[in-house]
Amino acid sequence: MSHLISIVTENLPMLQVVLPMLAAPLCVVVHHRRATWWVALVVTWASFANSVALARKVYLEGPLSYFVGGWEPPWGIELRIDELNAFVLCLVSAICAVVLIAAPRSFDQEVESDRHHLAYAAFLLCMTGLMGIASAGDAFNVFVFLEISSLSSYGLIALGPSRRALSSALRYLIVGTLGGTFILLGVGLLYMSTGTLNLVDLQQRIPASDGHRTIVVAMVCVVVGACIKLALVPLHGWLPDAYTFAPSVVTAFLAATATKVAFYVLARFLFSVFGVASSIDRFHVDWVLLPLALVAMVYGAAAAIFERDVKRMLAYSSLSQIGYMVVGLALVTKSGLTGGIVHLVNHGLMKCGLFLAIACVVLRFGSPHLGVQRLGSTHLDRLRGLGRSMPWTSAAFVLGGLSMIGVPATVGFVSKWYLVLGAFEAGKWWVAALILFSSALAIAYVWKVVEVLYFADPPRREDEVGEAPWWVLGPTWVLVGASLVFGVWTAPTVRMASAAAEVLLPALAGAGP
Amino acid sequence: MGPGLYNYWMVIVLMMTGLYVVLARPNLVKKIMGVTIFQMSVIMLYITLGKVAGGTAPILIEGAEDVAYSNPVPHVLMLTAIVVGIATTALGLALAIRVYEEFGTLEDDEIRDAEIADAMAAEAGGAD
Amino acid sequence: MNDAIGLTPESVLLVAVLLPLATAVAVVAFGRWPNLREGATLSGGAVTLALVAGILLPAVRGGGRPRIDLFEILPGLQVSLHGEPLGLIFALVASSLWIVTSLFAVGYLRGHHSPNQTRFFTFFALAIFGALGVALSANLLTLFLFYELITLCTFPLVTHDGTERAKKAGRLYLGLLMSTSVGLMLPAVIWIWNTTGTLEFRPGGILQGHVAGGSAAVLLALFAFGTAKAALMPVHRWLPAAMVAPTPVSALLHAVAVVKAGVFTLTKVVVYVFGLDLLSTGAARPIQWIAAFTLLAASVVALYQDNLKRRLAYSTISQLAYIVLGATLAAPKALVGAGLHIVMHAFGKITLFFCAGAIYVHAHKTNLRQMHGLGRRMPVTFMAFFLGSLSVIGVPPLGGSWSKLWLGSGAAQGDEPWAVAVYMLASLLAIGYLMPVVARGFFGEPSPDDAFCRDQDINEASPLLSLPPAFTALCCLALFVFAGELADFLGGMLGAPTSTAIGAP
Repeated sequence: MSHLISIVTENLPMLQVVLPMLAAPLCVVVHHRRATWWVALVVTWASFANSVALARKVYLEGPLSYFVGGWEPPWGIELRIDELNAFVLCLVSAICAVVLIAAPRSFDQEVESDRHHLAYAAFLLCMTGLMGIASAGDAFNVFVFLEISSLSSYGLIALGPSRRALSSALRYLIVGTLGGTFILLGVGLLYMSTGTLNLVDLQQRIPASDGHRTIVVAMVCVVVGACIKLALVPLHGWLPDAYTFAPSVVTAFLAATATKVAFYVLARFLFSVFGVASSIDRFHVDWVLLPLALVAMVYGAAAAIFERDVKRMLAYSSLSQIGYMVVGLALVTKSGLTGGIVHLVNHGLMKCGLFLAIACVVLRFGSPHLGVQRLGSTHLDRLRGLGRSMPWTSAAFVLGGLSMIGVPATVGFVSKWYLVLGAFEAGKWWVAALILFSSALAIAYVWKVVEVLYFADPPRREDEVGEAPWWVLGPTWVLVGASLVFGVWTAPTVRMASAAAEVLLPALAGAGP
Repeated sequence: MGPGLYNYWMVIVLMMTGLYVVLARPNLVKKIMGVTIFQMSVIMLYITLGKVAGGTAPILIEGAEDVAYSNPVPHVLMLTAIVVGIATTALGLALAIRVYEEFGTLEDDEIRDAEIADAMAAEAGGAD
Repeated sequence: MNDAIGLTPESVLLVAVLLPLATAVAVVAFGRWPNLREGATLSGGAVTLALVAGILLPAVRGGGRPRIDLFEILPGLQVSLHGEPLGLIFALVASSLWIVTSLFAVGYLRGHHSPNQTRFFTFFALAIFGALGVALSANLLTLFLFYELITLCTFPLVTHDGTERAKKAGRLYLGLLMSTSVGLMLPAVIWIWNTTGTLEFRPGGILQGHVAGGSAAVLLALFAFGTAKAALMPVHRWLPAAMVAPTPVSALLHAVAVVKAGVFTLTKVVVYVFGLDLLSTGAARPIQWIAAFTLLAASVVALYQDNLKRRLAYSTISQLAYIVLGATLAAPKALVGAGLHIVMHAFGKITLFFCAGAIYVHAHKTNLRQMHGLGRRMPVTFMAFFLGSLSVIGVPPLGGSWSKLWLGSGAAQGDEPWAVAVYMLASLLAIGYLMPVVARGFFGEPSPDDAFCRDQDINEASPLLSLPPAFTALCCLALFVFAGELADFLGGMLGAPTSTAIGAP
């Protein structure tokens, strides 16, 4: 028994990736609708427990290296967990675990019943990919896991109930594969000029080949690839459609994890692999990223104001929030980076909660027939007067929305605090002004929905109203609740984020709070 | 710019061809082809990287001292990348078939028109 | 005895802030039984008032500055409460007027058969929770937290009627208050945190030596416009718009929670963050001018309003600018005057709003031109209105006269004669916009088709509607007597507990 435990504890970094990967084909084999869900549920929760244990270990004992199959680098594959990816792993597995609880009810509604087992399999594969990206210790495996997560997410999006899900998925596939291939190209160029793929080795060897043009091209390729996956304006085209037409649960899952992991890749490469000395001081990547991020921040929020479909509105709001994260990164200060990283988690929590609230609405209003006729179920007009008939869902939406605005005592405030502080530290007060301007825009789009929920007359079809089942409402409230709890009890998230920022910006450690 | 670099020139030509097809062609299957060409160009880049002038296959030869071997790592990596590429193409084509079934076309602009019609119908449906 | 039941001033701070929250919960729980629900509100208010007046007030008067750290909301930043004279005065005003306004609201809403009364009383209590939190906050972050809470909790009150107009007003209300606080006040707070490394309220200020005059002026402007609740022009627009709300809400907005939270924030920031020395260098000059402009412009606009509530709204904007000007003059006496005026204006203006509400519910009149002769039908209400007006204008023997005297002499002390002139002119204008209401009520000739006013008998509103204004009007009288003690007490915020140190006005 104790032998078994020691095997488990020694292989924690691998297990969280391998478990969902092995469970995915199991789902296909089992085939039964509910049984596959149980398999997925057990595995995701196990992975979640695993990543929490791992994070604890990292904080107590420092970064961990795990050699797959016992082969040491440069021959073997290394998984490396430090404060940054421990944080990301916790977020991804937590979101997977919570979202999966809501999945069966929502899938019943939106996914044809003979495809549920495939949906769970794709879900687990996507999780494998995301967890893999976050724990991979070498650049090539980042690419491989990125493609695993991407391919499965195309499949998940295509499961959406309307035919537009298919075209959105196909377009995302085309753009996403370009992004992935750009990363592959960048990795190849890095290997060409340094002779290694290991992230830590790269970090040491890149300064030696200082200023080599191949390194610059590699950096450009990786940044472009990561930004496509991240949906940073102007590479965001795929995101609104994909989020709008995917099944609600899938949207909640992807919105909270996929772009966050892409952000992790961007941060990891720019700060750890290339290092501040080459990426920022020498090649000024921030000169490109900061303006783009600011544009994304304002454009996303402004577009959200004019959007009449709530799901799509939230998708545009995601663009804006991605802008916040990249602003934090491009400020290159300790507080800014802390803000970007803490927003990664905070935005994951609140946006996932909001999309799940939308899933509740879809569950109530979607007609049982799949197809074109229920497309409008997330239209703003469908939400009229829901404050009365679905009080819990509406309240969850309001709280999530407040967090999006950045009202104090919500997680949104914590992120904004650090981002603005970072802007002041960098001496860029105009960045602070734009961040807050974008928050003011958030008031407009959130309140547009709140008014419809609470002050509009409900539609005539009385038979459709009623609160969503707790199987979906529960996870929604877990996430919304978390976004309130971590808005007040900020110690865990902020500590983890600032530890992660210190990993990325070791030179600046000690500066700031 | 010596003749030894012609592999790289070919990679660049392929890469640009692929990108151009993705960006300029409205047909979704052609776009998938473009993506595949783009991927292939990167794979060829890696293979070129691993080639050592005069090198032989990296199989240890007993007793032979100064044999130059090609670098096997990029080639091994590309086995994975090729698998990824095939999977992507297969998924893309599968989706293309489904899109064709639903929309009756594979031209991106025509699909967009149909989508706008869907959105209008949804607007009308949502407002009732 | 207090210690015997474990009520130290420190714990009372927390309890006093949490009681309104508990009341809100009780209101929701008793939502089905209106009498029990209102009982919860009133007893919650009574206990809160008793705690603040009975335990905190003596402690702070004795020179104590109780303080409690609740939890760390951001690393290095606590949510903390403390008791100091200015905050305590605001807490007293808020908790005492909460009770009176609740009584009035019961009469108003029931007389009006208003729907959603439980929602109303819940958010009412939550708004008081925010107000007490603002009053007793020990640092800028805590203050900001509760400030936003007030905004959010009063939104459902403003839009209570649910009409298209109410919705529009609510949009303006929330949009303006929140975008200014998030867009201007929050960066100011973060700026201060970044430069000084602390957000604590400290006597003498925390900015001294950290920012130069120019930056101080910008920071002050960020605060002045960031606290749109203080209704400095041009961020005053929400206030007249919010007049669509039921009158008890207007009373809450204009006397108790919202606007007072705004001017209180500004005064507190001036005293405990900037410090008088920093502002006396001329950094406050632009804001002084804007406040003076607001003071006069709002008074002039008030002259032309026919709708009584709108007239009172503009009067409020003008009176708030009194406080802002007094605070930014950064003279000790003017600051005491600003603190006093928070109290005096609260009682005066709430009287006026209560009267307007009583007139609306009882006689269904909203506009001035309909009120000819109404005072003879509703003498109690109009007498209360008269007293309230006199207090707002600043005529002895009513409380408002003292605060204006302190403000005026503070302006003189700060060697700003123009400010004295502005104060006097505005008082004259106040006569111009308030006295016609009284004069028409008592002496006006009712129009021939106005059956209500032509009636000869006294026809007073129900006691729940007419007694609260009468009570607050009497409070205005009483405050005249106690103004000296209040001023002494307020002097404590400047580190000089007696009026001898700063000089009697």
